[in-house]
Amino acid sequence: MGKRGMASDAGKETLLKTGLYDFHVKHGAKMVPFAGYSMPLSYGTVGQVTAHNHVRTAVGLFDVGHMVQSFIRGPTAPAFLEWITPSGFASLGHFSSQLSVILNDNGGIIDDTVICRHDDTTYYVVTNAGRRLEDLAWFKEKIEQWNAELGGKDGKVEIEVLEDQGLVALQGPEAPKVLQKLTSYDLTDLAFGKSTYADITGVRCHIARGGYTGEDGFEISIPPAHTVAITETLLQGPVQLTGLGARDSLRLEAGMCLYGHDLNEDISPIEAALTWVIPKPRREKGGFIGAETVLQQLKDGPTKRRVGLIVDDAPAREGAAIVSEEQEPIGTVTSGIPSPTLGTNIAMGYVKSGFHKKGNSVLVQVRNKTRKATLTPMPFVPTKYYRGKGIQSP
Amino acid sequence: MGRLRLLGTETRRTLIPTAGYGSSTRPASLPKRYTTAHEWILYDSDTSIGTTGITDYAQSSLGDVVFVELPTPGTEVAAGEPLGAVESVKAASDIYAPVSGVVHEVNEQLSDEPGLLNKSPEMLGWLCRIKLSNPAEVETLLTEEAYKAHCEADEH
Repeated sequence: MGKRGMASDAGKETLLKTGLYDFHVKHGAKMVPFAGYSMPLSYGTVGQVTAHNHVRTAVGLFDVGHMVQSFIRGPTAPAFLEWITPSGFASLGHFSSQLSVILNDNGGIIDDTVICRHDDTTYYVVTNAGRRLEDLAWFKEKIEQWNAELGGKDGKVEIEVLEDQGLVALQGPEAPKVLQKLTSYDLTDLAFGKSTYADITGVRCHIARGGYTGEDGFEISIPPAHTVAITETLLQGPVQLTGLGARDSLRLEAGMCLYGHDLNEDISPIEAALTWVIPKPRREKGGFIGAETVLQQLKDGPTKRRVGLIVDDAPAREGAAIVSEEQEPIGTVTSGIPSPTLGTNIAMGYVKSGFHKKGNSVLVQVRNKTRKATLTPMPFVPTKYYRGKGIQSP
Repeated sequence: MGRLRLLGTETRRTLIPTAGYGSSTRPASLPKRYTTAHEWILYDSDTSIGTTGITDYAQSSLGDVVFVELPTPGTEVAAGEPLGAVESVKAASDIYAPVSGVVHEVNEQLSDEPGLLNKSPEMLGWLCRIKLSNPAEVETLLTEEAYKAHCEADEH
């Protein structure tokens, strides 16, 4: 028997540790290399499917402290962010977050990111651990360029990387009940995509409502000295520690991209079906790095598109070839698993434009056999975000 | 991952029917052998047929099996070549033929109930039966003791 698959990348260099490393080991984690860090794949004898289902039905706690948290500040910060991303940050509400992409000169995605506007000049930026070096080098270069030429005269921009800051995600339908016990802030005031500073057991934390599972939940940014204690406190009642295995199957069911697999520097946001992160005026006016390609693709249509697939019989994994019913190669699977929630084989990948229509039948090659697959809208499992008091999630 | 838990040989022998030739009357010398790639084979020298599957150690490392790819009966296989595949949420794993021969029969029940591989990997979850072209190959495979040692070494 020989194993294939599983999105982990074995690094030979010394692995970094989050502030929760000892906590994970104490709780029986199986640690694996991921994005340059030693991270928990699973805990004890709890299997991936059990952990996955627990997040869908109750609540799971994830260490995401490997991700890079920064502040980008300055009088021209909104304009700067609208230069390095195609999204709208000048008009974003205070303590509102926006998923976006950092683009290279060719419109390729350097990283995907969630950016939260705290006030007119302060933005909290979360980027991927696996892109830490590339992102920080790009930020440095672009900030220097911005301050020297483009925006410098109206006020400089600076970046502060929050080294060793803790970040945990509490995800699942029971997440609000658990967190509400530990804070006096009324969480019913915090809708999906909003953030706040609030005390958790007396420590001021940054709480963002959202996550990477499609469930209601929170991402909690914790000062380094308190990360372990607050994580210990969060691990109560129905809360179960959840590793990277379940994180991957949960995010794929929710139709979310994993950088390095579903996104890379040769893929534009239009191809990645992330056009929605670009507000309408910006689709016309551009004015951001990579705009030439993005606007061209908006006009002419991209040559390939990210799609969701449901594959018959065998699960299609990353790298599986997608062919048309006439056996013409039309694309590649970038992520795929048997969905624990649905019991079907779900996948995402890229297909040539023209083959991307929902409901279309294609074939996917798994172990030299072709399997039927149907293009399916994402998310595969409906998201259950909290939209605010009295508002039903669609 | 849990420690290797192999079932007693006596239980196994009575529960694995060998190609419907009346296993209860088999002599007590049927050797069960293992590969380093975590397949097992139970060989019946009277019929030259070996029943093969994946070990309990393998299933516990895979997690919940959701799909089993079986070879077509009549297919010729060589030792060490892909025989089929097992898919769990975690990963896809190739299964290699422990011996050379022709696929005689496959466990169709696994198509409807892939979870049998987790519940009973070394009994009801057998994968296929191979008519051996070179029975001497069985002797080159690991004994139960040697396989146990291999798994323990794997854990460290």
